Amino acid sequence: MIIEWLAFYAFSTVLVLSGLAVILLRNPVHAALSLVLAFFTASAIWMMLHAEFLAITLVLVYVGAVMVLFLFVVMMLDINLDRLREGFWAYLVPGLVVGGIMIAEMAMVVARRYFGPARLPHPAEAAAGYSNTKALGQVLYTQYVYAFEIAAVLLLVAIVAAIALTLRKRKDTRYVDPADQVKVKSKDRVRLVTMASEGE
Amino acid sequence: MTPADFGAASAEIFLLCAGSLILIVDLLLGDRRGQKTYALSLLTVALCAVLSLAHLPLGDTAQLAFSGLFIGDSLSIALKLATYVAVAVCMVYSRAYLQARGLMQGEYFVLMLFGMLGMMVQISANSFLTVYLGLELMSLCLYALVALNRDSARSTEAAMKYFVLGALASGLLLYGMSMLYGATGTLEIDKVAAAIATGDVDKTVLVFGLVFVVTGLAFKLGVVPFHMWVPDVYEGAANAMTLLVGSAPKIAAFAMAMRLLAGSMPGLSDQWQQMLMLMAWASLAVGNLAAIAQTNVKRMLAYSTISQMGFVLLGLLAGGAVGGGCCERDAYAAAMFYTLTYVLMSLGAFGIVLLLSRAGFEAESLDDYKGLSRRHPWFAFLMLLMMFSLAGVPPTVGFYSKLSILQALVQVGHGATAVYAMLMSVIGAFYYLRVVKLMYFDAPTDQAALHAPLDMRVLLSVNGVAILALGVAPSSLMNWCMSVMTSLVGGG
Repeated sequence: MIIEWLAFYAFSTVLVLSGLAVILLRNPVHAALSLVLAFFTASAIWMMLHAEFLAITLVLVYVGAVMVLFLFVVMMLDINLDRLREGFWAYLVPGLVVGGIMIAEMAMVVARRYFGPARLPHPAEAAAGYSNTKALGQVLYTQYVYAFEIAAVLLLVAIVAAIALTLRKRKDTRYVDPADQVKVKSKDRVRLVTMASEGE
Repeated sequence: MTPADFGAASAEIFLLCAGSLILIVDLLLGDRRGQKTYALSLLTVALCAVLSLAHLPLGDTAQLAFSGLFIGDSLSIALKLATYVAVAVCMVYSRAYLQARGLMQGEYFVLMLFGMLGMMVQISANSFLTVYLGLELMSLCLYALVALNRDSARSTEAAMKYFVLGALASGLLLYGMSMLYGATGTLEIDKVAAAIATGDVDKTVLVFGLVFVVTGLAFKLGVVPFHMWVPDVYEGAANAMTLLVGSAPKIAAFAMAMRLLAGSMPGLSDQWQQMLMLMAWASLAVGNLAAIAQTNVKRMLAYSTISQMGFVLLGLLAGGAVGGGCCERDAYAAAMFYTLTYVLMSLGAFGIVLLLSRAGFEAESLDDYKGLSRRHPWFAFLMLLMMFSLAGVPPTVGFYSKLSILQALVQVGHGATAVYAMLMSVIGAFYYLRVVKLMYFDAPTDQAALHAPLDMRVLLSVNGVAILALGVAPSSLMNWCMSVMTSLVGGG
């Protein structure tokens, strides 16, 4: 029990610190790497909650795919950090004051009294051979199929919107259509002109 | 999942299939594809209406489908039908405008259809999960639609503000929902209400969640102090997008408020009533006073929206003030009537803005309306009807809708608030009547002819006449709202 307790607080501390690092680090690549760390520790906490499938998916999908892509984008974009951080210090003090008051108020309301471990009984041990993934798959495609489909539509809309917003034909780019290139004939390119030789 | 589930959600399923199909067909249509996609989209909305009408003689029983995620009741059918009308009118009004600006693309209509799907999901949501998914689907489409006018820096800025603040609001809403889930152990709206009614659930956590839910809701309705995005988005978006953002989503937001507050948390009405009261007072003051200082019509109408949404909140809180009985039903019915008629007025007012805009000219400044009565007497008269109705002058419907809200307030003993709302409306009448004064008593500065197509002119006329007709005979729509609310909350 004590090990579980220690592990939870260790992971939580790393999670909160890496979350803070994401927004506080100067270098965007470092920030993205801190986000990777945050995902890792979050998945460890999920693992402790017996949510193996979600924990593994978080690592595979977010750390493995999304964040790698993110890192590439961050590295390729030439972000001017000083301009982005303009006014950061000016907003920091009022932000900290307001945020601090809000956190204090929230902590007073949702303290241990309501969300402490005593209020949440330990879940029953799963039977041998119980598969988290299978259970999830079963409710996802039966009980929650409506929500699942709507989420799929959400992704479709995101794709449509992203393409509609970024795809544009520029007039000034020099662009060669490969189909035209293949179809081209020699006589389209070279015009032979017969003309009388110029006399002396 | 049974065939009955699919039957209940037939309109949504059809819309999703048709929208996806239009997305593909649009690519193959060739020349003038914008026009063809427009026609197909209008047809889709009409067929959705037919599918929803098939459920109409619904009675008082609500039909749950998809393991309690979806609800088909009289409220959902009524609000969906209103949404179809609003979206179809938006499409007709914006066609000429989009064409003149080269924005007539298939994506515009496809995103509108998917946005409508989001509204429908929200309207017939019976679970926090579907409320949130519907809201996100609708919002994502609206953000993209505002941003579609890519060459305008103002539109991009408006879309960015809308997106960032909308995402923040969604986050707040989600956080509140997670608290409610933590306290009650269920996401389904009727079960949450039942869990709260047992009294075993800890109230502190519930109220904590409620605060965040109400905040998210207030962002979406655009009421003070969560109104900052409204004027900027209304002003920055292209007129056709402002028309859309300012009309149909209000119906969905009303549905969300009904589902979340009256549906899942009637047991906490003492708490949310206070929050709504504060926001309504602030909205009525800020909306009406700030609108006086505006010189841009869209910005003025945005502040007018804020004050009108304050009235909707008054209706909702009057409904929460009484536990059951006919007063509760009357108050909710008044709020619904107010929302529906407001959408009608908003469509008409922005329709006139679109009517006067033409290629390279946006009729945005108040000065553009000077002497409109001499140029186009009929449309000036229609605008006069909209302004009178927004201000609440009889015999337009705006008078009756304000009256019914005030009646509901007085019935539950909020007499002082009713007097205050009336005073604020009188102050608000100033800026509505200023438009009328500019149209009828000033010399015109702009002499260009109208380019609007016939269908838009006819529909706009119908829109204006409907406002007058509903004002003279409001009973048909009011009885409809009453019967919807009777089946929802009982009484009568």
